[in-house]
Amino acid sequence: MSNPTTTAPARGPRPPAVAGAPRRTAKAPRNRAREWATRAPLMPALIFLIVVTQLPFVATLVISFFDWNAFRPERREFVGLENFRTVASDEGLRESILTTVLLTATVVVVSVVLGLLLALLLDRKFRGRGLVRTMLIAPFLLVPVASALLWKHALYNPEYGLFNGVLHWLGGPQPDWISDMPLLAVEMSLVWQWTPFMMLILLAGLQSRPLDMIEAARLDGAGNWQIFRYLTLPHLRRYLELGTLLGSVYIVQNFDAVFTLTRGGLDTANLPYTIYETFYNAHEYGLASAAGVLVVIGTIVIATFALRVVSSLFREEVSRA
Amino acid sequence: MTASTAPAATTAVPPYARRARRRGAALGLLAWFIGIVFVLPVLWMVLTSFHAESDAATNPPSVAAPLTLDGYREFFGADGGASPWPPLLNSLGASVFSTLFVLVLALPAAYALSIRRVRKWTDVMFFFLSTKMLPVVAGLLPVFLFAKDTHFLDNIWLLVILYTSMNLPIAVWMMQSFLADIPVSVIEAAQMDGARLPTVLVRVIAPIAGPGIAATSLICFIFSWNEMLFAQVLTGVVAQTAPAFLTGFVTSQGLFLAQVCAASVVISLPVLAAGFAAQDKLVQGLSLGAVK
Repeated sequence: MSNPTTTAPARGPRPPAVAGAPRRTAKAPRNRAREWATRAPLMPALIFLIVVTQLPFVATLVISFFDWNAFRPERREFVGLENFRTVASDEGLRESILTTVLLTATVVVVSVVLGLLLALLLDRKFRGRGLVRTMLIAPFLLVPVASALLWKHALYNPEYGLFNGVLHWLGGPQPDWISDMPLLAVEMSLVWQWTPFMMLILLAGLQSRPLDMIEAARLDGAGNWQIFRYLTLPHLRRYLELGTLLGSVYIVQNFDAVFTLTRGGLDTANLPYTIYETFYNAHEYGLASAAGVLVVIGTIVIATFALRVVSSLFREEVSRA
Repeated sequence: MTASTAPAATTAVPPYARRARRRGAALGLLAWFIGIVFVLPVLWMVLTSFHAESDAATNPPSVAAPLTLDGYREFFGADGGASPWPPLLNSLGASVFSTLFVLVLALPAAYALSIRRVRKWTDVMFFFLSTKMLPVVAGLLPVFLFAKDTHFLDNIWLLVILYTSMNLPIAVWMMQSFLADIPVSVIEAAQMDGARLPTVLVRVIAPIAGPGIAATSLICFIFSWNEMLFAQVLTGVVAQTAPAFLTGFVTSQGLFLAQVCAASVVISLPVLAAGFAAQDKLVQGLSLGAVK
């Protein structure tokens, strides 16, 4: 028997829980009614989510096969895979794919490594640990646009930004941060924002370590490095994977920092920004949709791994309960 | 137990323990140092927001300049600039209403995924999660076109709907994990007394899962408040939210550093408050309930 709630994306919305409409089968009408009654609380959320999140993607897929510019709507026509060919051969779009990969990879790797170091530091007891934790979380709790503005104007500004101010005190050079190293500038602000996220996840992982095993290893004469290498790191593996993958999923989509810091200039336009530009300013609906479809395909690849990691943590949790 | 607590340095402290203690103290200091480095930009933002414009934009920085509220006064429209209140209220409305809708939809759904489980409930969970993984920018154009055709552009309720869909998967995951912790016997007892689902949800489950539900709401609130892409594309004058206002604020007013910092502080305050309030459950929300 097929269960309509599970194969959701392909099937589209079902009529809301026809609770108490078991007329079709004579076999087990009561069973069926009960099943629908169980499903009923789930249906509103499920249907809402399918309509609001899945339908637009279907529409995007359809639009991606059309040549459609909003400035000349009368010339809208079906062109098959033409848009994808254009996207693939478009220098700007190809560069933005590269930028997206570079930006995401750099930010994720650096913030995972920093987050791990900070989590290890915070896993020890020391005076004021709670306060330090709070200070470290603060960057994550700024509105992303506000944090991008802060970096752009108060920190990076070549004339009066804090960075050059400090360099001035130290007698160092006075770089124009955003023009001289645009992508690095975006990456630094994002690393600052995402390191706390990684730290929180990894700290949770560290604190779920079985302490008796570490105690036993220590009694057997294992050193700190050995304990870290052979006990802590394997235990953390899935938390590292989780942080990496969730971070990737979020940062691939980053729009605020690129939009605010550089407006996509100086080779920092990532895919979300390029798509936004293509349809919002250039009004190339077909092209934007084709690029969107490519982003979705790319994300699905990452997301499949992400889901697998989440699922293994989740199932462990369920079986433990 | 490592160092730094209780200076019980009495007699026979073995040398290796003393060394470990000294190293512990050094690592504690290192943690403090990095913590300060991380929080420094935030503190700098707050400090600058209280400086006069002429003191804010100097090199070397004028750390000890006199404090003033001018930045805030100007942000709130003392000089006849656009008032930030409509966008702030729009953000508040969009965030609060979408959070309420999320709760109304997610609580029953979480019930059907934890307490009285539908068959293949894990598949349903992962369907919810998978919608969160798809990049919103790819679905933005159809939403934009739909809104344009139905005269729904620049309407706060459009944002409410989109924010609800954006946060629903997170909320379902979080609440599922909270509800799964409730002993079944409590719920069965209530049902035995003839309570129906809404009554059970409100009277029995909500009080027990209360703290978890509160944390879920705060996280949904934060994400809605922070959101900028939808707000940027789908709103204009009437329904503009605070983040969209903030970007427009800079381009239209030229650069007033103290004022920009004041604006950033004001707009970040609700998130900072909500975030510190939900600190313990923050990880769980951000990792979609995967990490407890």
